[in-house]
Amino acid sequence: MHKYVIRRLLMMIPILFGVSLVVFFIMRMVPGDVATMILMGPAGDVGARQEDIAALREKLGLDRPLALQYLSWVGGLLTLNVGDSLWSGRPIFEEVLERFPLTLELSALSILISVVIALGTGIFSAVRQDTWIDYLFRAVSIAGLSVPNFWLGTMVILILSRYFFWSPPLGYTRFFEDPLTNLQQMIWPAVILGYSLAAVTSRMTRSSLLEVLREDYIRTAWAKGLSERIIVMRHAFRNALLPVLTLSAIQLGTLLGGTVIMETIFTLPGIGRYLVDSIFHRDYPVTQTIITIMAVKFVFINLIVDLLYGLIDPRIRYA
Amino acid sequence: MEEFQTPATSWSREAIDFLRYQPLGALGGLIIFGMLILAILAPVVAPYDPYELRVDQLFTPPGPTFYLGTDDYGRDIFSRIIYGSRISLYVGVLAVVLGTTTGAFLGLVSGFVGGRTDTVIQRIMDSLLAFPALILALAIVAALGQSTTNVIIAVGVVLMPTAARVIRASVLSIKENVFVEAGRAIGCGNLRILLRHIMPNCAAPYIILATSTLGTAILSEAALSFLGLGTPPPEPSWGTMLSGAAQQYVWRAPWMAIFPGIAISLAVFGFNLFGDALRDVLDPRLRGSR
Repeated sequence: MHKYVIRRLLMMIPILFGVSLVVFFIMRMVPGDVATMILMGPAGDVGARQEDIAALREKLGLDRPLALQYLSWVGGLLTLNVGDSLWSGRPIFEEVLERFPLTLELSALSILISVVIALGTGIFSAVRQDTWIDYLFRAVSIAGLSVPNFWLGTMVILILSRYFFWSPPLGYTRFFEDPLTNLQQMIWPAVILGYSLAAVTSRMTRSSLLEVLREDYIRTAWAKGLSERIIVMRHAFRNALLPVLTLSAIQLGTLLGGTVIMETIFTLPGIGRYLVDSIFHRDYPVTQTIITIMAVKFVFINLIVDLLYGLIDPRIRYA
Repeated sequence: MEEFQTPATSWSREAIDFLRYQPLGALGGLIIFGMLILAILAPVVAPYDPYELRVDQLFTPPGPTFYLGTDDYGRDIFSRIIYGSRISLYVGVLAVVLGTTTGAFLGLVSGFVGGRTDTVIQRIMDSLLAFPALILALAIVAALGQSTTNVIIAVGVVLMPTAARVIRASVLSIKENVFVEAGRAIGCGNLRILLRHIMPNCAAPYIILATSTLGTAILSEAALSFLGLGTPPPEPSWGTMLSGAAQQYVWRAPWMAIFPGIAISLAVFGFNLFGDALRDVLDPRLRGSR
């Protein structure tokens, strides 16, 4: 097992190296740079002298060779000192740590909601295969995959404000400061995101449970006269859980795309919004740092999930 | 001895079987067909020019003159949604063809050649997969510039790693078959084996992948447009119609946000239903499961 973990950790190195290279060079391909944007405005409509732009580029280190900029950034990343945002001037890690709790809370709430919905609908759908319940839940799942969550978010805000005369409080209040306000701010984006995620997980639950229900030991359980509830919940469900947990864990790793949109619509100052703003502002260190952190998170979560396999299913052993 | 021959099934019989055993897939097919007809006949079906500005008819609610109302420039939303179907189909299909085909090619090479080539290609794909998909697409469009072509490239790049993984897995399985060994035994070269024996057997997973990711491609284009880096205005992309002014005026003119969203949902719903049904028919593991 130790050898497997070490091998996986070593395999992470080329992956993360690849991620850092890709994000570094993609951002350098973006037309314009942050010095131009700071002095001439995002639309480039404010006048600025070329000498001033050059001076700012030198001050921000953007005139150095690309290889040097890359090595400098990677060195900072490894020592947890990636410097300041080129746009706001604030330390990047400080901004990330400030925004991280919101994104983490939104991600965790969304996954929790998605698992609850998915397990319920997936189990019912599998146990009542090819009935109207199955077709209904499958159609609702596919609808969840089809409806854009940015549109759903807009509709929720519209309906709540027009017909219930209520809208979520703006900004972000930490849970331990004011739990009620925090929940009011987070519940709707989490429900919308959770519904989108549940659509995928529900289909996996159904498919996984159907496979398990066809096994011989389940037929034996039926022959013994056990009730449907005991067969499904005590015998089948646990064995069907593995791929579902894998999927939920992977979704947690890749959730940044979904939180970006929810944070934009509900004006939540999380990491997703910070990242999108940094792309628009050509704030290279911020974009590079956040994407690399998310990639590290994704790769580590995959490793943890694979290790959990061994714990959940004793038949799985790693050499 | 009588020769046993399997009876030939006509395409109409297969179509009837598909309708009977895959009703949801048939519904999806109908939605896609409707969308195709709208896209092709847009100049005939759309009552107004989708780009025409009417300063005296801003924010007109839905009614007999403008079925789905007008937007903040007085443009007819119904006409813009019809013309928008062209953009969604164009971007969706091209992005899927680009991404799935490139990924399939990489997967073929990776799985067939093996060794260091396989390792390098798979590590590159892993690096791309480690990116959140929407963020990768955003960064690519930001780097290349905002245009429909660059949106197609960005969405295609996002779809590429999954296709590479799936086709590689198929190739690894197929190349262990006896017919491949037989081909080598009679002196077939690698290229011949790859093109004549392995590639045709990868057709089913390729088709499944392509159809099941069409909906994702359309959603991705809409999301990029919503965030301001998709198809540039004044093109009537459904995602662009949902961003900006639709968000700003959602209380004054909610129809600006409602109808483009319904259009996106319906289109993606149709592709997802059809893709699911096609997978059930083509995937050998699911065949005969009824």
